[in-house]
Amino acid sequence: MSTRLSSGGRLIDRTKLVEFSFDGKRLTGFKGDTLASALLANGQTLVGRSFKYHRPRGIVASGPEEPNALVGLGEGGKFEPNQRATTTELFNGLNAKSQNAWPSLEFDIGGVNRIMSPIFPAGFYYKTFMFPRFAWKHMFEPFIRKAAGLGAAPTEKDDDKYEYFYAHVDVLIVGGGTSGLAAALEAGRVGAKVLVLEQTNTWGGRAPVDDVLINEKNSSKWIKNALSELKKMPNVTLRARTMGAGVYDHGWATGYECLTDHSPEKYGPRHRLWRIRAKRIITTTGAIERPLSFAGNDIPAVMLAGAVRDYIIDYGTSCGDVMVLAANNDDAYRTAIAQVQAGLKVAAILDARVSVEGALPNQARKMGIRVETGMAISKVKGSKKVTGVSICLQAGEGVPLEEIKCDVVAMSGGWSPIVHLWSHCGGKLNWDANQAMFRPDPERPPLGADGTGFVVVGGTANGCLDAKSSMQDAISQCRKALKEIGYKPKASIPLKAFAEPEAPIEQIWQMPQGMSIKLQAKTFLDYQNDVKVSDVRLAALEGYESVEHTKRYTTLGMATDQGKLSNINGLAILADSLNADIPNVGTTTFRPPYHPISMGSIVGDARGKLFKPIRKTPIHQWIEDNGGFFEPVADWRRPYCYQRDGESVQEAVTREILNTRNSVGLLDASTLGKIVVKGPDAGKFLDMLYTNMMSNLKVGRCRYGLMCTENGFLTDDGVVARLDEETFLCHTTSGGSDRIHTWMEEWLQTEWWDWKVYTANVTEQYAQIAVVGPNARKVLEKLGGMDVSAEALPFMSFVEGKIGGIKARPFRISFSGELSYEIAVPASDGQAFWDMCMEAGVEYGIQPYGTECLHVMRAEKGFIMIGDETDGTVIPQDLNLQWAISKKKDDFLGKRAHLRSNMADPSRWKLVGLKTIDPEVVIPDGAYATDGTVRENGVKNMIGRVTSTYFSPTLGRSIAMGLIEFGPDRMGEIIDFPTLEGEIIKVKICDQVFLDPEGVRQNV
Amino acid sequence: MFSVTGLNGASSNGSINVKDAGLIGMITLRGDLKSDAIAKVIKVVTGTNIPDQRQCVFTSKGATAWMSPDELLVMVDYESVDATIAKMEKSLQGVHSLIVNVSDARAVFELTGSSIRDVISKGSPADMSSKILPVGEVRRTRIAQLAVAFWFTSDTTARLVCFRSVAGYVMDWLENASEKGSEVGFH
Repeated sequence: MSTRLSSGGRLIDRTKLVEFSFDGKRLTGFKGDTLASALLANGQTLVGRSFKYHRPRGIVASGPEEPNALVGLGEGGKFEPNQRATTTELFNGLNAKSQNAWPSLEFDIGGVNRIMSPIFPAGFYYKTFMFPRFAWKHMFEPFIRKAAGLGAAPTEKDDDKYEYFYAHVDVLIVGGGTSGLAAALEAGRVGAKVLVLEQTNTWGGRAPVDDVLINEKNSSKWIKNALSELKKMPNVTLRARTMGAGVYDHGWATGYECLTDHSPEKYGPRHRLWRIRAKRIITTTGAIERPLSFAGNDIPAVMLAGAVRDYIIDYGTSCGDVMVLAANNDDAYRTAIAQVQAGLKVAAILDARVSVEGALPNQARKMGIRVETGMAISKVKGSKKVTGVSICLQAGEGVPLEEIKCDVVAMSGGWSPIVHLWSHCGGKLNWDANQAMFRPDPERPPLGADGTGFVVVGGTANGCLDAKSSMQDAISQCRKALKEIGYKPKASIPLKAFAEPEAPIEQIWQMPQGMSIKLQAKTFLDYQNDVKVSDVRLAALEGYESVEHTKRYTTLGMATDQGKLSNINGLAILADSLNADIPNVGTTTFRPPYHPISMGSIVGDARGKLFKPIRKTPIHQWIEDNGGFFEPVADWRRPYCYQRDGESVQEAVTREILNTRNSVGLLDASTLGKIVVKGPDAGKFLDMLYTNMMSNLKVGRCRYGLMCTENGFLTDDGVVARLDEETFLCHTTSGGSDRIHTWMEEWLQTEWWDWKVYTANVTEQYAQIAVVGPNARKVLEKLGGMDVSAEALPFMSFVEGKIGGIKARPFRISFSGELSYEIAVPASDGQAFWDMCMEAGVEYGIQPYGTECLHVMRAEKGFIMIGDETDGTVIPQDLNLQWAISKKKDDFLGKRAHLRSNMADPSRWKLVGLKTIDPEVVIPDGAYATDGTVRENGVKNMIGRVTSTYFSPTLGRSIAMGLIEFGPDRMGEIIDFPTLEGEIIKVKICDQVFLDPEGVRQNV
Repeated sequence: MFSVTGLNGASSNGSINVKDAGLIGMITLRGDLKSDAIAKVIKVVTGTNIPDQRQCVFTSKGATAWMSPDELLVMVDYESVDATIAKMEKSLQGVHSLIVNVSDARAVFELTGSSIRDVISKGSPADMSSKILPVGEVRRTRIAQLAVAFWFTSDTTARLVCFRSVAGYVMDWLENASEKGSEVGFH
């Protein structure tokens, strides 16, 4: 059983006790522990259940590669599932729950899945989709949904804060081991701007665990000196607890900084996502140890050899009293040596290699450890924890020769360089058969914008597994990178690293090499997703050749660990099954992030009130304070209506309409787009943009205009005012200001670059306030300062001056059909002007009105609305707007498109007014008209649709507009609008102008 | 006498101080920046030369910032904008150009503190190092989801400009990004 040793543990502080709980059990650890080391120190070897079979699972690793020890951390708004115990720093009050087990970890009903494992072979899901047809929905899916799944989704809103940080550096170094620090010194010393990321809270990587000597001294000393030198450099930033998460195009990388996970009571953002632009990215990310594939290799207390060593040396924790070590390389012997040095026992080392004469094995022999060569594990004994192993010949089929009792099995199948970041953006790999690993191919790096490689890999990550060559490699890779970005590094300060030399590894992909099918079915490749050697071999038998297909078919490497332990072993088994070479099978694609990052860090600060910016007019606050019932209009919020106490929305709208029609209303129209177009060619330019003629507009006058896309479809409309000979002010729809400004600039910059025209978007310079209704003039006259009479300011004109002491430009334009002034004032004076109007209008009963009142009033007048009468498929001719299409102009955007046969087709649906026979019935939004016939496909034949439909309080009846086939030719006809409820609304086709067709009301 | 800014005097005190810089006269001038006529008018109204690419130049009379290859931002007293525009229009008569008042279309923030660069880096992808963005250089970029421009007026003071309608969002954003406990210590 695992336990805390009486001494040792370079990362823990035995004087500082930390209390935590696991599945409700109160336990203690030390400051510096990870949750994993503390659990092991408390003898907790069983930590979770696997995804498919609910097999008992224990801690395998000591870092981010851990597939098994996933827990739910925290409670309520701080709860997070699938947290790795091996990367979770212990803190007081930590509350962890095991996952995937019901009713308890020790007794899990889902464990019966294990007995049913023969029904979960490779491709199980896909097979059940196919046959028998009924079975997926009624049998398999409900069962799998209950049994499978990792962790529980949080049920409460995340309590924590997150943020981004953008950083620009010359050199980004990912990985703060001795290689990374050596590279950082190199880059720091030449003055480059350097950012070094280390995912753990300790610098120096594995060197101190592996007894590496640097400059003939313990590596810890060199690490300490290197850090103190780097900290003094103003051009170097060191960031611990920050993982290099992903590498993207153009030298972009992300870093994931964990700020408060290790002490949640600390105030501030929990995670910070670094978004880094680097001229060169140097990855010194080290390597991950591979498991060996033998039967029972998933039983709790079967662990990676390196991890067992870490727990002893870093955390003073033994993973078991008696160890059996299975290996195919010399490095693993360090674990056996550490076990004995800690006063524990090694029952045997089973080395699959026949000849083992390296320095480390010989040291182990000298220490009296039993070393068996050419031997393998036939099977691990035990169910919820290891009780022993039976051993066999590696060369054979697994006949057990002897049983050895032990309580921990350490295994090492060699080390795989962490090439993820190199590969994220397309860096290619070579298979190094001598070292049994994929390593970066420096000839095929990920290419940046300038066509050169922007990622270099150094040290262990580059395949230099021994300490001596790894630091040298990191230094020379860094120097290469520095030269590429224009630095001239001087001679390096010499550095000598030493660790015991290692004899070559031997490729061992299953143990024993001729294992029976029965043993294969107990030999796990992917612990989290329960993929066994037998599954990959079955996939190959069924015809899967591509590693990507096999991954998806078997789910190998698809779990939250993304195959950190299983990838290479799985593809080696696939290669063997296909009788192919490993490099020909290749790896699956490495994608960011390297290790899961929180959703919160991806969202950053864009939540709550920072979720999305809302544009506010100068009157916004007043509207909010005065009963405004907001609706979104593009990124603005506009009041739908102003609700009074006890009033329904519909009642408010009716009141606003009648008050405006009978007296005077006030509308905040500031959201209207306003673009100034100026230059000798401005008229010519606007003639191209609008369907009608603008160049002949007189100074001081306004004209309504339509804009089409090149394809002839209506895209925007609005009033154009001519400010002077060369200057026009174009009003756009509220949602269209930015789009139309961009549209103008695009034509000016790409097609008509030689035309002398400048534009400026002045939408936000002005508050635009509409004073509307028969008493509008009286209100403005009361404010004084300007002659607003019909003679001085006739319909469709504007003047400039001051009203009530405020600089103002009133336009005599009307979207309601009433006497109406739209007055532009400086935005800073908008609220003051609004207040003046409200005050001056008191005697006339002035009331503010909202967008729904505006809509109803314009519909009463038969005015179209972009977005209601248009939907991107409608042309001006459909809306009977031929009068606004100039026949005199040679060209305008959309003209040619209007000539296409489909656009000129007389049967296009055209705009008409619609009156329901029952005046109280309002046609539902979006209703379609039918003619009683049925199409070939059985659908009712549709002959039109409603585009705007309201109850008009002015007329005391329902009114609507719609696009109807041959509509204008069918005046007086009665057509049917079926409703969703199955009723039919009878509707009479009429003219679209319901109120004051002569325009008497507005032209006074 | 009536005029209020979009920020209406808002301020916050976190790792940096943020406050409403008040009403500032801003005029957009578009034209041929290489022409003598424009150089002359800029000299007259702000006392500055035509700024080089991305530069912002100041005198006691006002400031001129480079906005794009054919656009300048002229900054003067809010009260004198109309007179300045009239002067500019008169002297550029017959010269193809565009002069518009944008004073009320913007909100201006006064930022003070030693960690302005770190705070802005939480939302702007621009390189905020003092080497790349020294005092006197203007940057048109974004913060979070919004277009902004800013320039340092000293090592510890900067001005930031955004559209008036989103002044409240930018204020909230700056307040959040400069909240104590979230310091980065990068720049």
